Amino acid sequence: MNGLAIVWDNRGVLLAGFANTLTLSFVAAVVSLLLGTLLAMALMARAKPVRLVATLYVDAMRCVPFLLLAYLIYYGLPSFGIRMSNWTSGLIALIVYNIAYMAELLRAAWSNLSKESIEAGHAFGFHGLKLVRRIILPPVFFAAVPMIGNQTIQIVKDSAFLTIIAVAELTQAAMAIQTTYFVPFASFVAAIALYWITCMAIETGVAFVGRAARTRQ
Amino acid sequence: MIPPMDAAEAPVVLAAHGISKSFGANTVLTDMELTVRKGETVCLLGPSGSGKSTFLRCLNWLEEPDAGSVLLKGQRIGVRASGNIVMSDGELAAIRTRIGMVFQHFALWPHLTVLQNVMEAPIHVQRRDKAEVRREAEALLERVGIADKAGQYPARLSGGQKQRVGIARALAMKPDLLLFDEPTSALDPELVGEVLAVMKDLAREGMTMVVVTHEMAFARDVASRVVFLDRGRIVESGSPEEFFTRPKTDRAKQFLLRYSAQ
Repeated sequence: MNGLAIVWDNRGVLLAGFANTLTLSFVAAVVSLLLGTLLAMALMARAKPVRLVATLYVDAMRCVPFLLLAYLIYYGLPSFGIRMSNWTSGLIALIVYNIAYMAELLRAAWSNLSKESIEAGHAFGFHGLKLVRRIILPPVFFAAVPMIGNQTIQIVKDSAFLTIIAVAELTQAAMAIQTTYFVPFASFVAAIALYWITCMAIETGVAFVGRAARTRQ
Repeated sequence: MIPPMDAAEAPVVLAAHGISKSFGANTVLTDMELTVRKGETVCLLGPSGSGKSTFLRCLNWLEEPDAGSVLLKGQRIGVRASGNIVMSDGELAAIRTRIGMVFQHFALWPHLTVLQNVMEAPIHVQRRDKAEVRREAEALLERVGIADKAGQYPARLSGGQKQRVGIARALAMKPDLLLFDEPTSALDPELVGEVLAVMKDLAREGMTMVVVTHEMAFARDVASRVVFLDRGRIVESGSPEEFFTRPKTDRAKQFLLRYSAQ
């Protein structure tokens, strides 16, 4: 019980880490969804070279362990003169990694879209970017809501890895409390509880958006 | 109501010449000819797999024929007037806005309400005034008897209601020509009537239409001309009275016999 009291006394450290985790995850999710949408368009492009390059990127990211990617960006890029803070490196690692996953799940939803409603778009004079923006992407997003939710939860959990490049996120904060006061159980359980609350909040949001999405499919 | 025009004198809306199409080794259409004049309702009949739907889809270049030409009011579709240069996506899209299409499986846009489905292309493709388009869209929904569903999403509608929205959506473009691709084939039998009734009204009001259908009673009562296809060729073409009472070919006789037996 003593452990929890110590964690409570250091709640400022834990909550600061939690705030960082939330910020990193939120920005990473939004940016990787936006850029992932562009990449999904490349995956579905008519031009074969475009498709090929996009597929290579997605496959590369899917085969790289996230931990190594974070190392590469933080420790590796400075050899090319690109030097970024821990926080920025961590955020970029999350984004670069998750663009591929967002693109891939959007591509899957896109492939499952009714061919006829896209064809109707062509028949009614839509083409190019406007066809994608007005006829294809909205139902793709509605269909992909649950998968986007899952991937966002994955981002929250991946952000814990950033502790290894010393980003002051939630796991790092829990680690700091436990090494100072030697209360591993209490500090890790507190961190897990905060991750759990975050995931529940995302799940609730997904269920809420999902209800609206179902009538629009 | 528009006074009935002498079909032979009405201007030509659509002319298709020498349309041929194969998918790999499978020849689907051979040297198809079709002329549609203003105010005509042409029904394309024929057994499944005879190429009727493929031919219809060639008319607005959703399917690109291997040979032949399609002219909408004298303007070539798919190929530029100057020489044999393929149209850009934008040019093709522009000419497609003049041809309305109604699909077998409705093909409504699921993320838009009924009213938004009808307004979408007039506003975002034709760039017409939003308030005016809205007024017209509401009037069209009234006309196809579905005004009370304007705010619903397509998923909430019955097949017959969806198809009536599909027709209103096509009409909202103020097209020169309407194409119907088996508009009642995906409907429960009890819902077929409500869609055919709307199409019958359109034909009476002088809309120019090409209809691929298996509804023989509709073709007999509404068509100004019937075109019978078999294995990708036009076998017979003529007035519905002629075709249904005195079919000239054995294939047409067999085809009609199968339907009258049902």
